Amino acid sequence: MGRTEVRDGTGGTGDAVIRLDGVCKVFDVYRRTGLLRRERREVRAVDGISFEVARGETVGYIGPNGAGKSTTIKMLTGILVPSGGSVRVAGIDPSRERTRLARRIGVVFGQRTTLWWDLPLRDSYDLVRRMYRVEPARFRANLDRCVDLLDLGPLLEVPVRQLSLGQRMRGDIAAALLHDPEVLYLDEPTIGLDVISKAKVRQFLAEVKAAGATTVLLTTHDLTDIEQLCERVMVIDHGRLVHDGDLAGLHAVGASERVLVVDFARELPAVDVPGARTVRVEGPRQWLSFPASASAAPLVAEVAARYPLVDLSVREPAIEEVIARLYGDRASL
Amino acid sequence: MADAGVPRAGRPVRPFPPGEPVPPEEPAWRRPADGLRAYGLIVGMWTRSALAYRLSFVMMTFGNGALTALDFAAVAIIFGHTTRLGGFSLAQTAFLYGTSGMAIGLADLLLGSMDGLGQRVRDGTLDAMLVRPVPVFVQVAADRFALRRLGRVSQAALVLAWSLSRLDVAWTPGTVLLLPVMLVSGAAIFSAVFTLGAAFQFRFGDASEVQNSFTYGGNALTQYPPTVFAKELVRGATFVVPLAFVNWLPATLILGTPQPLGLPRWVDWVSPLVAAAVCAAAAVAWQAGLRSYRSTGS
Ligand SMILES: Nc1ncnc2c1ncn2[C@@H]1O[C@H](COP(=O)(O)OP(=O)(O)O)[C@@H](O)[C@H]1O
Ligand SMILES: [Mg+2]
Repeated sequence: MGRTEVRDGTGGTGDAVIRLDGVCKVFDVYRRTGLLRRERREVRAVDGISFEVARGETVGYIGPNGAGKSTTIKMLTGILVPSGGSVRVAGIDPSRERTRLARRIGVVFGQRTTLWWDLPLRDSYDLVRRMYRVEPARFRANLDRCVDLLDLGPLLEVPVRQLSLGQRMRGDIAAALLHDPEVLYLDEPTIGLDVISKAKVRQFLAEVKAAGATTVLLTTHDLTDIEQLCERVMVIDHGRLVHDGDLAGLHAVGASERVLVVDFARELPAVDVPGARTVRVEGPRQWLSFPASASAAPLVAEVAARYPLVDLSVREPAIEEVIARLYGDRASL
Repeated sequence: MADAGVPRAGRPVRPFPPGEPVPPEEPAWRRPADGLRAYGLIVGMWTRSALAYRLSFVMMTFGNGALTALDFAAVAIIFGHTTRLGGFSLAQTAFLYGTSGMAIGLADLLLGSMDGLGQRVRDGTLDAMLVRPVPVFVQVAADRFALRRLGRVSQAALVLAWSLSRLDVAWTPGTVLLLPVMLVSGAAIFSAVFTLGAAFQFRFGDASEVQNSFTYGGNALTQYPPTVFAKELVRGATFVVPLAFVNWLPATLILGTPQPLGLPRWVDWVSPLVAAAVCAAAAVAWQAGLRSYRSTGS
């Protein structure tokens, strides 16, 4: 697959497919304060963000509501013109060459469909094929895979407006991949979905990721998405990047803790092992809390050596809490 | 291409291998052709999907034609009481009616979905159009294309044909050529007005009423002789929103009627130039509007 060079020949530098440098987006918001008077207020939706995403990476982009995630994605697709800073996607300035970039990216908005409301899925896909000039054989292969992996078979003849949210989302995700985009933006692709639809979407995205050809930027509220799909996570708050690293790093920064749940052969007083704190005792079961950034293995070995261990499990921290703590830190600065 | 032959049975080993290299950018001179092609694609899709419900399609088209036929009946009724309207005979008025109706009918057929732009801006669905490799203008114009709008064009064409059969015109090569030119220019002028209206909707989400008052109002205006309106209105339609160039002015050359504002005769020939100018203005306004689009917050 010696095609990376081909793509980079179009102006991308190095292996960064997405590159943001000091990007800002300011909205003027007007509020009526009287019959004729309006008050102008600036909303800095994105306030000086810089990051790079390498080819083939799957990156999570998280933050509370109104943090600026969607605004960032809109600038990365060319929908919005940045107020400042520079944006490059596959070597292209999105807002200047939006139509040219469109062929190379796929976009899924969880909140609203990119498909044609009144057309059956199959017709929508056919239109996508012609618009993007996808070669018929390649289109068929991609469509077959999407139909297979996303269970779209029974839905192809149904007009988009009659699909359930979960079905529509699967339909949208397929549509975004039919032209083999280099970059896939997913803005809250699991929002409002039931557990089964969420699982299908995740499993599908895991397959896309495994193929390694697509760079994915994923915005979500569901941290399980991030845990299952992203090796790297960026946290945005009030338009600023507050964390960029792996999940473990996020735990370390957030000083979060994992919990080792151990079942002993009999009831014991609260055990005392270095590097952990016993936070709860219930009959023969005890809960030992330890830093999320530390490995569980030495702790398990220590406990097993000293006490009659029957069973154990490790509970990951809820990332919501981690992020809340991160925000808390920033708020107190 | 290498994976095109992967058998359907069994899970493919590597879904979504990288695609073919992205083709180099098309040269700028190809872009209008690309836009037209995309327009054709979208229009074809909507037409096929409308034809799938053949009965409803036939009924809609028929209903459309019947409604517009009633529309001309209103004009004919006026002539039940008088033989002249502002100095124009029924056949001459029918000529104005037919040319105006064909011009706006063609514009409406081609760009009729433009007034839905405000709605798309307000609910944020324009975003979906902005991420496709097809000009937004083409997508908005072709959205929900309805072939039944041909009903209006055909009705106006019939009225025009009837008027030509009744009129006593001293045709010259110039006026023979002028007839199609004025129809095309008229359609272009109305299209430009549609586009200008839409461009404002980027900023002022619900300007579609204003746009409609210029387009459909302009149609209502130009299907009657200019002599029945106040001079100020005719001046406005000549110098401000140049609807007089749709038919009033060029028609004086064919019908031999007096120039409504007493302007020099050459003014009656310049409809194509005026059409080109308003189209250019509309294009600039559209670009500016698109540039100022700010999507919607969640
Ligand atoms: N089109 C817009 N006009 C005005 N304000 C906007 C617009 N889009 C977003 N905002 C504001 O910018 C901020 C960031 O919004 P957004 O990027 O949608 O956040 P997120 O996707 O992280 O929830 C919010 O305060 C939002 O109200
Ligand atoms: Mg959002």
